[in-house]
Amino acid sequence: MRLKTGTRLRSQVCSTEVIVVRPGSGDIDLTVGGHPVIGSKETPADGLDLKPELAGGTLLGKRYTNEANEIELLITKAGVGTLAIGLTPLVLKEAKPLPSSD
Amino acid sequence: MSIGMLLDMTASAFGDRVALGRHDSGITFEHLVRVSTGGATLLKSSGADRVAYLGANSAAFPAALFAAAAAGMPFVPLNYRLSEDQLDALLGELHGPVVICDDAYRNVVARTGLTVYRSEDWLATAALAEPSDPVDVDDDSPAVLLFTSGTTSKPKAVVLRHSNLVSYVLQTVEFGAADEDEAALTSVPPYHIAGVGTVLTNTYAGRRFVYLPNFSADAWLRLVAEEKVTSAMVVPTMLARIVETLDGAQAQAPTLRSIAYGGARMPRPVLEKALEAFPGTGFVNAYGLTETSSTIAVLGPDDHREALASQDPSVQARLASAGRFVPGVEGQIRDPAGRVTDPGEIGELWVRGSQISGEYLGLASVLDPDGWFPTRDRAFLDADGYLFVEGRADDTIIRGGENIAPAEIEDVLIHHPAVKEVAVIGLPDVEWGERLTAVVVPEPQTSPEADDLRAWVRARLRGSRTPDEVVFRDELPYTPTGKLLRRQLVAEIGSSATFERA
Repeated sequence: MRLKTGTRLRSQVCSTEVIVVRPGSGDIDLTVGGHPVIGSKETPADGLDLKPELAGGTLLGKRYTNEANEIELLITKAGVGTLAIGLTPLVLKEAKPLPSSD
Repeated sequence: MSIGMLLDMTASAFGDRVALGRHDSGITFEHLVRVSTGGATLLKSSGADRVAYLGANSAAFPAALFAAAAAGMPFVPLNYRLSEDQLDALLGELHGPVVICDDAYRNVVARTGLTVYRSEDWLATAALAEPSDPVDVDDDSPAVLLFTSGTTSKPKAVVLRHSNLVSYVLQTVEFGAADEDEAALTSVPPYHIAGVGTVLTNTYAGRRFVYLPNFSADAWLRLVAEEKVTSAMVVPTMLARIVETLDGAQAQAPTLRSIAYGGARMPRPVLEKALEAFPGTGFVNAYGLTETSSTIAVLGPDDHREALASQDPSVQARLASAGRFVPGVEGQIRDPAGRVTDPGEIGELWVRGSQISGEYLGLASVLDPDGWFPTRDRAFLDADGYLFVEGRADDTIIRGGENIAPAEIEDVLIHHPAVKEVAVIGLPDVEWGERLTAVVVPEPQTSPEADDLRAWVRARLRGSRTPDEVVFRDELPYTPTGKLLRRQLVAEIGSSATFERA
């Protein structure tokens, strides 16, 4: 699917929900737990199971990106599946803290 | 993503943490969600389209802000210091909002026939109301309408959309970054963009916030000690009163890691005294406008330390800068012809980014076709991207055809040992168009001479910058949020015959 900044997506096999911070370009096969994500209001398909090799989990409030750092997703709800493009897991993005300004 | 989701995320991770108020009696993030969803039911049942908030800061303010978000209604904090007529006009512009109001201002709204809730009861009332599921709001719908302070023009309501405010928070704050023992002290009022910003950023960081409704330096220092405050935001006039109260002594504030200041220009002597009074505290200069969803540039603690320690004049000078742009914000300086200037060259600051609104209620967007917002602030960038803000373009004095920024002269005069506060304004003049008038508040027990002050400036700046006259005053007029009321000063002094003509 083509991602769009601000779009909210959910996993079909765990409680993970994400929001698109940077969409990257072109079609992106975004998955959680080995299955494509769907819109946050859509209903998961029946009979899908979490793939054991993609059960690393997602962390609330953390950002994930791909190796090339083209896309960025924020986890708004944590879950047990791994966030990936196809079967390639995304990586945690290091935080660069700013001083508190208000 | 709506601003309400910022709270939901924090409540799901740190629900038991105290969110608001005193460490022993405050309410938790989970309870803040409960009063927001209950409050949303009340606000929706009013039938109004918007929520106005008329009160000083208190725990009711964030609860009302999140309730409005859960109800999908734009939230409008109003300046409770305005006159009844002015407030009537603003309420009229909002077409019949539901109002949450301090008792002190109830008479203002009583006769309008609007639905009114007491802010003093808001937490209790909202906790009893049936919770309603948060309304699914469009990211591009307005979350907060905030009237500008109107020091240079009639107040206009800036439209801050969910996407603007959420972008600001996501780009500048790491989720859950606060330790459990952290607490932020807010003393700016709800109708200031920093008052709104502090609710959102501290909520997302998972940091408790403590309110000081009516600022005094003693109360502020006491609350910092009692509540073990770790970060605080102040406007320059507040910091000036804090260092004045300390009178050279060091503050007893061992927990205070960070003081952020912003909202107006910080006089350098005040900053230097504050750095001495709070030796263990990091200082942060935050620059932003209502139209930019709060902070767009930051001078952090390390920048302050480097500038103080450096032998390099260009690094030392950064202590007077607003630092560098935050992630997600681009800035450029343009000359009057629209050309982007070189480093060091003054012009108007234009900014771009998803947190920038640039839009006012009932008016067309002021963004240019490429999305750039003209701040109306005169500024320059140094070679390393540090932003130096000189002041509002509208404050520029034109004397004999030459553009003069008041700040240039004020920054020199403030260092004179007998000058406590100073404002330079332009008054109508037959010969020069405008003449330079320095309005000076002397330090206690001093009586500076106008000619000495003029000589002080002449020795340091070009001849055209020497004030044509010096007027002495006991105090200068500021808004409660620390902005100098230059137009009021021009009106007062322009119509007064009793000044000392140098």
